[in-house]
Amino acid sequence: MGSRASTLLREEEIEEIKKETGFSHSQITRLYSRFTSLDKGENGTLSREDFQRIPELAINPLGDRIINAFFPEGEDQVNFRGFMRTLAHFRPIEDNEKNKDPTASEPLNSRTNKLLFAFRLYDLDRDDKISRDELLQVLRMMVGLNMFVSQVLRMMVGLNMFVSQVLRMMVGVNISDEQLGSIADRTIQEADQNGDNSISFNEFIKVLEKVDVEQKMSIRFLH
Amino acid sequence: MRGISHPTSGAVGEFFSKRLSMTMKLAVYFLTTGLTLLTLPCGSFTEVPSKPSGTVTVLPPVHPAGGPQAFPNAEKSDLPVFAMNYSRIQVPFEITLWVLLASFAKIGFHIYHKVTFWVPESCLLISIGLMVGAIMHAVHEEPPSVLSYNIFFLYILPPMVLDSGYFMPTRPFFENIGTVLWFAVVGTLWNSIGVGMSLYGVCQIGALEVQDINLQENLLFASIISAVDPVAVLNVFEDVSVNEQLYIVVFGESLFSDAVTVVLYNMFTFVAEMPVVETVDVFLGVAKFFVVGLGGLAFGLVFGFVASFTTRFTSNVREIEPLFIFMYSYLAYLVAELFNISSIMAIVTCALTMKYYVEENVTQRSCTTIRHVVKMLSSISETLIFFFLGVVTITTEHEWNWGYILFTLLFAFLWRGLGILVLTQIINPFRTIPFNFKDQFMLGYSGLRGAVTFALVFTLPDHIVRKKLFVTATICIILFTVFIQGISIRPLVEFINVRRTNRNLDTINVEVHSRLMEHAIAGIEDICGQWGHYYWKDKFMKFNNQILRKILIKDNQAESSIVALYKKLELQNAMEILDTVSEGTSTAPSVISLRKEKGPGKPKRKFVAADLRKMHDILSKNMYKIRQQTTEYTTKHSLPNDSHTKEILIRRHGTIRRSLRLRSFQSPTLSGGGYPSAPRSRIGQPSRSSSRVSLPLRRLDTLTEVSSSAGVDLVDERSGGRGRAGGRGKSRLNSSSSDSRVPAPPCHFDSSEVFHGNRDSMPEQEEPLSLSVTWAEEPSDHDDSSTQNPLLRRPRWNPVKPKNP
Repeated sequence: MGSRASTLLREEEIEEIKKETGFSHSQITRLYSRFTSLDKGENGTLSREDFQRIPELAINPLGDRIINAFFPEGEDQVNFRGFMRTLAHFRPIEDNEKNKDPTASEPLNSRTNKLLFAFRLYDLDRDDKISRDELLQVLRMMVGLNMFVSQVLRMMVGLNMFVSQVLRMMVGVNISDEQLGSIADRTIQEADQNGDNSISFNEFIKVLEKVDVEQKMSIRFLH
Repeated sequence: MRGISHPTSGAVGEFFSKRLSMTMKLAVYFLTTGLTLLTLPCGSFTEVPSKPSGTVTVLPPVHPAGGPQAFPNAEKSDLPVFAMNYSRIQVPFEITLWVLLASFAKIGFHIYHKVTFWVPESCLLISIGLMVGAIMHAVHEEPPSVLSYNIFFLYILPPMVLDSGYFMPTRPFFENIGTVLWFAVVGTLWNSIGVGMSLYGVCQIGALEVQDINLQENLLFASIISAVDPVAVLNVFEDVSVNEQLYIVVFGESLFSDAVTVVLYNMFTFVAEMPVVETVDVFLGVAKFFVVGLGGLAFGLVFGFVASFTTRFTSNVREIEPLFIFMYSYLAYLVAELFNISSIMAIVTCALTMKYYVEENVTQRSCTTIRHVVKMLSSISETLIFFFLGVVTITTEHEWNWGYILFTLLFAFLWRGLGILVLTQIINPFRTIPFNFKDQFMLGYSGLRGAVTFALVFTLPDHIVRKKLFVTATICIILFTVFIQGISIRPLVEFINVRRTNRNLDTINVEVHSRLMEHAIAGIEDICGQWGHYYWKDKFMKFNNQILRKILIKDNQAESSIVALYKKLELQNAMEILDTVSEGTSTAPSVISLRKEKGPGKPKRKFVAADLRKMHDILSKNMYKIRQQTTEYTTKHSLPNDSHTKEILIRRHGTIRRSLRLRSFQSPTLSGGGYPSAPRSRIGQPSRSSSRVSLPLRRLDTLTEVSSSAGVDLVDERSGGRGRAGGRGKSRLNSSSSDSRVPAPPCHFDSSEVFHGNRDSMPEQEEPLSLSVTWAEEPSDHDDSSTQNPLLRRPRWNPVKPKNP
């Protein structure tokens, strides 16, 4: 697999990716072999289905949104360049990069870009605002398996009362939508500065000011 | 068995024969206890000094059964009406007094907590030791030489390392295991060899007059002083919640550097006796190093698994359950000692291995016992050593060779600093988050020397000619590091602003967004097909779930995520509901006062602090855990609070019972005082329990402990659960019929139990549970419910009369 990957990836392409994303040569080849192994269609691009085949990602509550982040708007294929561009957001910030002169274009893995990535996970309609509904959706996804459970419960409604009772028992009592709603309200209230009842990107940055985003949003990519 | 009495008594007998009268000795004890400003109940001892003063000088080593004949024959003529037999109880008596004194000291300086905030406990202990030492010196008393090689290694060291091993924060440790071992093993070797070599070089300088210290002895000394013991640092780190990586590296380093040091110590003591050291010996030494380390690991694993396996079968002997843990770890330690392999490694591995399984097998109470005893033992050991250090500093003869001592200090710092710099340069490329310069500085600065170092040097064999010099130098370095570094580290951490983790998140935003980021990271890692630690963790978890758990854990359930979630929610729910109950009955003034500010009619949008806390609570408990994350930082001096929630629950459980009981007596205040004891008398009384109220009871029956002593409770609660389904109000009565007993902590999370409990109550359900939310806006028609928290769906004390009286 590895040999095939490296043969398919042209040297100049590696150089370009390197320049764009800051990954090292070996990281690029390694990720390329991962890319090809994900690429079941063997056409040099990944589709959503390719991503969804990753079993761990399938159980990630935000799996779909993370997958979506790889696809430019309106497209449902992503090539290796795009793949790498997205991954580059998660490269740790190295010390020497911090001191780069500020006029140069911001690297993909800057704090702002990392935050933007997170922001986009909320902002489905890309209006650069996290509305209450968007927040609520994400909250629902993240709060336990409740979504799954409530779906099952909904399916069970028509069934035997006893069965649904059992199910309720099994899963305990979940956070209700109202509770989540008030959490969402609170979240927005905390962050909202201009009173539009939604979180803009600037407000998002502001509210996460003290959080070590550089660390939280970084992965040590293998060489 | 005989170990504890024999060496000590020998030593004490020796010191006894020195010169001093008993009276003096006990006077010292009283003086010193008085010095801690605490009331030693000395009334019972006061007659002690009078009698045996004549018998002092000839004290044979005490035989285990030979107490009585220690008395001189001269007194045999009459039947003694009042006899004292001090020699018989001497050893345990003195040990007890020492421990007691040290413990009093601890209470003493914890009274005013600001002292312990700024000055590490070890400093205070040493200071007290110094004072006691000064007093003893003034009256020409010798400290009891309780600290011999065997005593230290067989009795004092094991609790200390068991403590570190048992409370090692497992997740961060395994996530950083490479770095930890790197710093611990390589760093300690580096320090030992570096310092040893440099000191040897210094020894060649004629002016210092230490040419007689050869290379082996220098290495031995260097290995002793390279054991770091940064308890004080860890305390500070924890207080300021320094970043996890730094914390765990310091923690792990302290633990494993002990292991490495002891191995080196044994090796070098052996080598120091050899006249000539050949190249072969060096290689043999290296080989031995690995054999010893890995051997300890293997022994620890074996004993850990055996211990876990044993606790599968202890459900009927709950009383002695904790004992197994201690016996097995100690056994691991002793067997490792027997084969001359690293006993520290063995006991640490044993503790690490069994902790996970054991804590699942044993009951909550046993678990608490284990933790407390581990803490207590280690705390005693450490306290004694530090205390003793202070005493020894004053009372022994020192060999002051300032040149050697200063060079020791210098090299110790130099090599440590250098080592950290070099080692981080090497390890940094392999880390996700490299250590920055501040981290490195803190790592270097946290190299305090502590109890183990002192004990090791104090127990050096006597054929080391310059032992006194070594002791002096070691005491110097310990005092220097503990006092200067220990005290300055807190301001320093604040000052240079080391990276910290945001463990106390202040806003819900941060909590939510951080979780989102964690999910994102997890997803991206999966996409990249690289798991790093997670990959191996997953592999291990699979192996663990499929094989280990089946063998080692009593009620092994395939921990499906639903069940896990269920358990979690159960707990949370129970707490919420109990919360309401206690509020409602105004038996918990603190809660009331918290909520008072909130009028019943306030709109939902106003969030008070209590709500916020609830929100945090809900979020932290319910958010999908990507990869089990628990921070369980520990200190040597306090228990980790990951049992916090459980403990709260236990207390709450007590509260609900009490409050229910009080309710049923219709006396909303606590004036009844304690537990009324006529449970059945209130059957006819109007009950305020509604179906929702009794919800907690049903839920609570899942939280029962399978314990013989709690059996009655359990039955009561079960029937309470069933009773609720059948006829409402009964449940409360049943469950509260278990009063006049201290509320048992019913917190064994036993999933099978959970399901039994539910099955019991399920078929009898006659109406759908009103699980739909009733949490916010109902106007509070009842003063009990005026304290409703809009965030929580909670049962309310609706004054519904039970259908059946």
